[in-house]
Amino acid sequence: MTATGQPAASPTDERLLRTSPLRKLLGRPELGSVVGAVAVFLFFAIVADSFLQASSLGTVLYAASTIGIMAAPVALLMIGGEFDLSAGVMVTSSALISSMFSYQMTANVWVGVFVSLLVTLGFGAFNGFMLTRTKLPSFIITLGTFLMLTGLNLGFTKLISGTVSTKAIGNMEGFDSARKVFASHLTIGDVELKVTILWWAALVAIATWILLRTRFGNWIFAVGGESDAARAVGVPVIRTRIGLYLGVAFAAWVSGQHLLFSYDVVQSGEGVGNELIYIIAAVIGGCLITGGYGSAIGSAVGAIIFGMTSKGIVYAEWNPDWFKFFLGAMLLLATLLNAWVRKRAEATK
Amino acid sequence: MTATQAPAPRDTAGPALVRLDDVSKYYGNIKALENVSLEVHAGEISCVLGDNGAGKSTLIKIIAGLHRHDAGTLLIEGEETTLVNPRDALDRGIATVYQDLAVVPLMPVWRNFFLGSEPTKGSGPFKRLDVRRMRETTRAELLRMGIDLRDVDQPIGTLSGGERQCVAIARAVYFGAKVLVLDEPTAALGVKQSGVVLKYVAAARDAGLGVVLITHNPHHAYLVGDRFVLLKRGAMSGSHTKDDVTLDELTRQMAGGSELDQLSHELERAPSPGHLGGHPVDDDTP
Repeated sequence: MTATGQPAASPTDERLLRTSPLRKLLGRPELGSVVGAVAVFLFFAIVADSFLQASSLGTVLYAASTIGIMAAPVALLMIGGEFDLSAGVMVTSSALISSMFSYQMTANVWVGVFVSLLVTLGFGAFNGFMLTRTKLPSFIITLGTFLMLTGLNLGFTKLISGTVSTKAIGNMEGFDSARKVFASHLTIGDVELKVTILWWAALVAIATWILLRTRFGNWIFAVGGESDAARAVGVPVIRTRIGLYLGVAFAAWVSGQHLLFSYDVVQSGEGVGNELIYIIAAVIGGCLITGGYGSAIGSAVGAIIFGMTSKGIVYAEWNPDWFKFFLGAMLLLATLLNAWVRKRAEATK
Repeated sequence: MTATQAPAPRDTAGPALVRLDDVSKYYGNIKALENVSLEVHAGEISCVLGDNGAGKSTLIKIIAGLHRHDAGTLLIEGEETTLVNPRDALDRGIATVYQDLAVVPLMPVWRNFFLGSEPTKGSGPFKRLDVRRMRETTRAELLRMGIDLRDVDQPIGTLSGGERQCVAIARAVYFGAKVLVLDEPTAALGVKQSGVVLKYVAAARDAGLGVVLITHNPHHAYLVGDRFVLLKRGAMSGSHTKDDVTLDELTRQMAGGSELDQLSHELERAPSPGHLGGHPVDDDTP
């Protein structure tokens, strides 16, 4: 098909100066977060003696995984140009539904888990549907969902259990197998690894695959980068957006089940504020707040920074009150670094 | 190549690729477009000329499937239709290159090239983009249009306006468009870049496509066009073929004809020492 007879697959061009590996590296969205992660690691390795112990690794990774499971789909959503402020409480809602449905219907807990999956996906579909129908900013829509879910969580739990927490379901049928899936751990040497780390790794891998190697991934970048252009060339913009919200809902379900099966009761007021931490992890990981750019792996690095900071402060025997300060400073630094890196990468032309 | 010598139009006897008869479009009580007729034949370029607000964009949106027309008939290959969305138009072989080019600036050229019509390989959960083919095809197709891209991985936002326009045209041609709609392809370009773009427009025509060229530049239109439709305030103020109109006449009509006469009258300097068009050098001296 090349009329000019030039072989199509000539990978190099004489006008291209050798793309230095460094330049290639600078073009990656995750770079800023990786630099940040190394800095945080070195910092705590120096100030906290026990930070480098093998047992700490499991603890840090566990803290990272609970955030990372949500940060991956939230990152995809942000690349798609939208926010989800309801993601934090949706986790709690999902746990509450499993627990209360199982308890009230005296069924096998797996029935509750399954019902919870459907209802949580329903929340995601609601967000996506409202967004695409009303064309209001996702900030407003999901802020509404956030408040509504917060109210429903407390209201329903008090109505059904009489207190702010659910009844214990520890002795119900299926509890042990569900706990194995959502809240078990395996020990390798001294290191205790929670199963959430596997969920996290799998979700990040799947998210990366979707983003870089599927049509849907191409559409996510396009919808977030320039949705009018995407629509004009035939990208199903509405389906893409709803799909992204369903992804967040699915991860919220996984997190929610972990929350429930780690113990056997759920506090109905939990989860508020976590939505911002997911967004922070995604932004530290290189997601542009305006959409169209970012990576799922970056969100994982963001989650690791979060894990190292939250646990590192404990290992350094500091007052954990400082944690939020560190997180804020990290966010600012990472965003500045990302902006700088991107400028450098784009200035090559 | 100056492209003034159009190849003999093929099957002019058959129905036009796209034909609009007395098409109107209203936004509420605003007449955006009224009774406009247009024909697009294979291997020909139909130009739509008009000033800002003349209704050119509305016309494009109807042909591209972004808006539905409210009155009149739209015939595609002789068949009366209403296009419901851009996908529908694309499926019928109508590809539109918008002024903003419908590209996503932060995405690499090869991802943009295939956006919305990505080839895949594998099946089931392992169905994935055929990245290799996407890159190679992008490179080869652009080369065929004479664009030798340095790197298909660069974000398309880093290309020049003319290059981006050509990528968009190459994309439409590659995806088997029968009708190519170009919205002001030369509007923001310099003289040289405009020439390059017009060359690709002519190349697309020579490849047998029917082209709708929207512009407010009669010089560019006359260089490549076979038919000319003039729009003014949402209505059709003229319709010509290349044989029955000269560039001067086109320019005059385009510029508003009698309105231009009046404008030149208004602009005339009453006490100017010279006549209209003279150099009032004295004004510059302090």
